[in-house]
Amino acid sequence: MNGHDHDHHHHHHDHDHSELSETELRVRALETILTEKGYVEPAALDAIIQAYETKIGPHNGAQVVAKAWTDPVFKRALLEDGSKAVSTLGHVSRVGDHLVVVENTPARHNMVVCTLCSCYPWEMLGLPPVWYKAAPYRSRAVKDPRGVLADFGVSLPRETEIRVWDSTAETRFLVLPMRPPGTEGWSERQLAELVTRDSMIGTGFPKLPGAPS
Amino acid sequence: MNGVHDMGGMDGFGKVEPEPNEPMFHTEWEARVLAMVRAMGAAGAFNIDTSRFYREMLPPHVYLSSSYYRKWLLGLEDLLIDKGFVTADDVAAGHAVQPPKPLKRGKFVLGDVERVMVRGKFDRPAPAAARFKQGDRVRAKNLHPATHTRLPRYVRGHVGVIERDHGCHVFPDSAAMEAGEDPQWLYTVVFDGAELWGPGTDPTVKISIDAFEPYLEAI
Repeated sequence: MNGHDHDHHHHHHDHDHSELSETELRVRALETILTEKGYVEPAALDAIIQAYETKIGPHNGAQVVAKAWTDPVFKRALLEDGSKAVSTLGHVSRVGDHLVVVENTPARHNMVVCTLCSCYPWEMLGLPPVWYKAAPYRSRAVKDPRGVLADFGVSLPRETEIRVWDSTAETRFLVLPMRPPGTEGWSERQLAELVTRDSMIGTGFPKLPGAPS
Repeated sequence: MNGVHDMGGMDGFGKVEPEPNEPMFHTEWEARVLAMVRAMGAAGAFNIDTSRFYREMLPPHVYLSSSYYRKWLLGLEDLLIDKGFVTADDVAAGHAVQPPKPLKRGKFVLGDVERVMVRGKFDRPAPAAARFKQGDRVRAKNLHPATHTRLPRYVRGHVGVIERDHGCHVFPDSAAMEAGEDPQWLYTVVFDGAELWGPGTDPTVKISIDAFEPYLEAI
């Protein structure tokens, strides 16, 4: 079962089914070994998965963005030290260190990538989507960001500066998108509904008021 | 290492294809793999840099053709075998047939889960003064270590500007080899698109990396 030749051997077949079941057997075997050796408690693995499924996700980032849109003091603190500012918000789950928040303006659009692996602000956005971890995005975001944005149906004015942040260390980047027009007087909660995951990666914009959710 | 994982600037991978309403996991085993990696890391079997290095060491054809969590599984198996936590006999049997090796922080149990949900701290006290300051022009060194590094190929040899100073952080090149944390200053270095990609590059594009001091030289 071990070794990559096995994987290679299977490669010429149809991807999905045979590969999946082989993988599934391998995963089960490994968990059995780790459990029998006394390294992990299976219930603790269940609890990790449950925590990922319930505690983290883009709703955390959306609350931070909505707060920044309505509270200039918080916004300044957030841009200065993302981790510290977020940790002052009791209703957002604890955030780890080295969160850097970068602000979109009419003159500059920010976009985040990890060309080397899949670094992503998990506490703020949840686990990254497959496209963020896959070769097309990782290879092209740094060389042809406008082309990548076009894949998302996003286009920016020709003169807008595009700044791509390659997450090559343990710093994590969150984009602070521009507040949509027509939202004057909205509450933080209403505003948070407009903040999409992609708008905080820099591959999308927030929803507009009245747009279908 | 100059592996296929270092993808910045490569051509030919096609369009980005977002999946509408993507689930967090596509199969149950993906979630188990994520949980095992997190748990064994938290128990002290390896650090984050070592686990990245093992994924990078997968043969190129395997790296490019395996799904994300399949790569995590293969890297985890190789790592646990290399470090002696699991043996080839265990894997062949599908059961633990060899005795366990002690874990640095002991068995991973329910009470440890909260700890893995908060990101670790990677900043460290400075062993020396910073060599660079905001606004300095620097060149990314032309380095090609055969082991783990976080200096992507596409910036090597190119000139950028120090934009931010993040303090001192654990140096992945050292930590990945279990050679100690060797903290180094970390900077955001920004490059013009044309500096990296040559004539004809969109003049509005700038790219930054976060670079450890040993990756940079003064110009």
